[in-house]
Amino acid sequence: MGGMGVAAMSRLVDTLRLTAEEASGLLERKDVTAAELHRAYLDAAAERDPELHCYLRLVEEPVGDGVPIALKDVISTQGIETTAGSKLLAGYAPQFDSTVAARCKAAGLPIIGKTNTDEFAMGSSTENSAYGPTRNPWDPERVPGGSGGGSAAAVSAGLAPWALGSDTGGSIKQPSALCGNVGLRPTYGTVSRYGIVAFASSLDQVGPVARNVRDCALLYSLIAGRDERDSTTVELPEPVRLPEGEDLTGLRIGVPKELNEADGIEPGVTDAVRRAIELARSLGAEVGECELPRSVEYGMPCYYLIAPAEASSNLARYDGVRYGLRVDGERYQEMVERTRDAGFGDEPKRRIMLGTYALSAGYFDAFYGQAQKVRTVIAREHAAAFERFDVLVSPTSPTVAFKLGEKAANPLAMYLSDLLTIPSCMAGLPGLNIPCGLSEGLPVGLQLIGPQFSENTLFRTGHALEQAIGFDPVPERLR
Amino acid sequence: MTAWEPVVGLEIHVQLKTRTKMFCRCANGFGGGENAQTCPVCLALPGALPVPNRIALEWTLKLGLALGCEIPKRAVFARKNYFYPDSPKGYQISQYDLPSCINGKMLVPSADGDHEVGIVRAHLEEDAAKTVHVGGRTGRIGGAEHSLVDFNRVGTPLVEIVTGPDIHSSEDARRFLQLLRQTIVELGISDAEMEKGTLRVDANVSVRPAGSTELRTRCELKNMNSFRFVAQGIDAEVARQIAVYEAGGAVVQETYDFDASSGTLTARRSKEEADDYRYFPEPDLVPVEPPDELVERLRGELPELPSVRIRRLERELDLERALVLVTGGLDRLYEATVAAGAEPRAAANLIANRLAGTNGDAVDPSELAQLVEARDRIPRSVLDEALARVGDADFAAAPYLAQEAVSDTDELEPVIARVVADNPGQVAAYRGGKEGLLGFFVGQVLKETGGKANARIVSELVRERLRA
Repeated sequence: MGGMGVAAMSRLVDTLRLTAEEASGLLERKDVTAAELHRAYLDAAAERDPELHCYLRLVEEPVGDGVPIALKDVISTQGIETTAGSKLLAGYAPQFDSTVAARCKAAGLPIIGKTNTDEFAMGSSTENSAYGPTRNPWDPERVPGGSGGGSAAAVSAGLAPWALGSDTGGSIKQPSALCGNVGLRPTYGTVSRYGIVAFASSLDQVGPVARNVRDCALLYSLIAGRDERDSTTVELPEPVRLPEGEDLTGLRIGVPKELNEADGIEPGVTDAVRRAIELARSLGAEVGECELPRSVEYGMPCYYLIAPAEASSNLARYDGVRYGLRVDGERYQEMVERTRDAGFGDEPKRRIMLGTYALSAGYFDAFYGQAQKVRTVIAREHAAAFERFDVLVSPTSPTVAFKLGEKAANPLAMYLSDLLTIPSCMAGLPGLNIPCGLSEGLPVGLQLIGPQFSENTLFRTGHALEQAIGFDPVPERLR
Repeated sequence: MTAWEPVVGLEIHVQLKTRTKMFCRCANGFGGGENAQTCPVCLALPGALPVPNRIALEWTLKLGLALGCEIPKRAVFARKNYFYPDSPKGYQISQYDLPSCINGKMLVPSADGDHEVGIVRAHLEEDAAKTVHVGGRTGRIGGAEHSLVDFNRVGTPLVEIVTGPDIHSSEDARRFLQLLRQTIVELGISDAEMEKGTLRVDANVSVRPAGSTELRTRCELKNMNSFRFVAQGIDAEVARQIAVYEAGGAVVQETYDFDASSGTLTARRSKEEADDYRYFPEPDLVPVEPPDELVERLRGELPELPSVRIRRLERELDLERALVLVTGGLDRLYEATVAAGAEPRAAANLIANRLAGTNGDAVDPSELAQLVEARDRIPRSVLDEALARVGDADFAAAPYLAQEAVSDTDELEPVIARVVADNPGQVAAYRGGKEGLLGFFVGQVLKETGGKANARIVSELVRERLRA
């Protein structure tokens, strides 16, 4: 640990509180070395990760002289095992870096570890990981959300200053809500998916998880922008601005009735979100009600047609022929069946079956085709709301963190965790989660949704509210 | 007895010779050993994404335009899902309900006018990997001990052309394919060689009573690796189906392999269940929307099409000659040679009969025109030698033309006298009315003179002598 004593290090580097921006300052002033910083997080992981299980693997030696970063295990990292939380990919070390991993490296950020995820990012609690669940740093009896529970919990528990997650229907925002930190699902097409183990290609987006909004914006600026390896990416229409202001004068905030009054939203969650909306008003924002009737009613059922349909195709490559698990059989067909039976957990199997059915001849028009049409309706409904408002707000998750096992046996109850995040994902829109208070001693997340490419507005709004709310992101039991 | 009409539609796959593959930047083409031309994208490693090859897209449009197709404003790649070891992603990226080219037609010149063959669509897709099944009797996956996969070929750009059921004879099928192949080759987008698999043809065949417009159950023929075998396969399948109907039976939809060596059709094992490829739009790619300027630029780059050229040549030659010249890629040489002063029919005969397989572009038409003009004047052996070298870079006709054939009567008469004396039987027969024997005497004289005699002069002299 360099030349510094342990006591001096821990005064400078309180991994529970240090933001990435502050850590970067320490490095610039040479108060700590990159190796010392890296070591501090490894030490924190050694202390707390045996209980929390945020990491599937850690990287002992830092590569790069910047602030360490944790990557969700769906993000391909050259030479570092990347399993997507599945037994099928046990031992698979990619030959290539995903574009986001390469951009982190280019920015000098050493990868500190790969974080736990529901298998192939399918789930809302990280309980579907083939390698065991991650626990919530606020209460280890509870889930951290999912699928990116590992990244969210690692940031909240001080095991990483920031992290990358991936979001298909809420896998960044919902875990951030349940762990009490900041997560951005960017506009579809602004962050490259190259090298991200695919779940549902038309929905998957990589995004940052951080301790505050400025760190989130900074990390977004490092990974966003056109990538020639991903045809669906675009250049950002304007550069990312790190938010500074504390007032919201002139901002028009819409409160969609259906997203705020849906069945199953806990009263404590509603209270915390209402207080945040009142704060926004006091900061100068104009607040008004709006409606997204079809988005909320049909968002979830359409999502559960489109995402499994695409997943059923994306997961077809895991056949045991070229990499990953292979269970031999007498014939090709038998080998493929045995491999997939042994390698996939229940949730991927369930979604492969749903998706295969939705795409089948004779059902395509009624299911996948119809869902795509409804998706257009959802996008239009949001676009109409954005003619009147700059930002829409709602709870991110209907509930605070729930107990391990509570919903594991009931897939439908689990799916409802993403009820409020799914509609904007279906419309390709960016969404930011910020913590807005506690309910029953657990964090409540506020969801800010904007039109395409409105990340700067979301950062500005989130930052001003963050200052006004004054939420302490360190879990009470770890303070 | 019913007269039957064959109804044939063709599906043609053409590998494009782009520098790189369809969705990754691996070299397109083979070499470097098995699996040498591969990358995360074409091996379908987790997270790899396809990026379309712009040149392949342009070439597809160009081919579509050459086939008279409409170019829709929007084409969409789809996923065709199936499990097979040659498909590393578990799906093939192909255009499905929105292809790049639709509603074209090709005119196939024939003796009774142009036969129009509709082009239903031409779309772009990626080729599969090559599988080698070891230990099975048939080289197929069933019964094999193990299978090996070579991913070099996977991702090769492939254009699929689908014709309407508009072809009504094996001869038309062969002509259509010759014309199509020539069109493709002239566009410079593929070598289109069946022996190498860069052009592959499947035929959908049915028959119907002549005069009817119904479409009966069809069978698909695969595995034919030359145009001749395609024609033979169609004939065999047509005969089979006619026999089935005439015996009171019904044709069952099947896929057959045609074995050219035995002329037999073998049904592939029927699948237990119908294919369901679960097509859906490829979410990793955006729709292809070719701008009007691009389409018009490509249209402007099209060469004059083979079928048009055949029709033009047919006016001065006959259809067969025109077909041979055009599909042999020699019609431009022909026209240039005529323009350089050669007599058309003589030039066509010489080029079609003697220069097949020669690269027409390498030949200097004015030099060739001189050879055409001198074809009867110079010794046969000299003409042969000249034609063999006419494609050489430094070829000049002059030295060959200098070797005039022997036309001197004084020199030829003694040889003719000797030949006549040596063949009294033939002389008697000729004088008895077998005038066809004239050629025999001319041949003998040419032989005696080592090919140097002027055949026309010899012919006159022989005729004169035998009249006496």
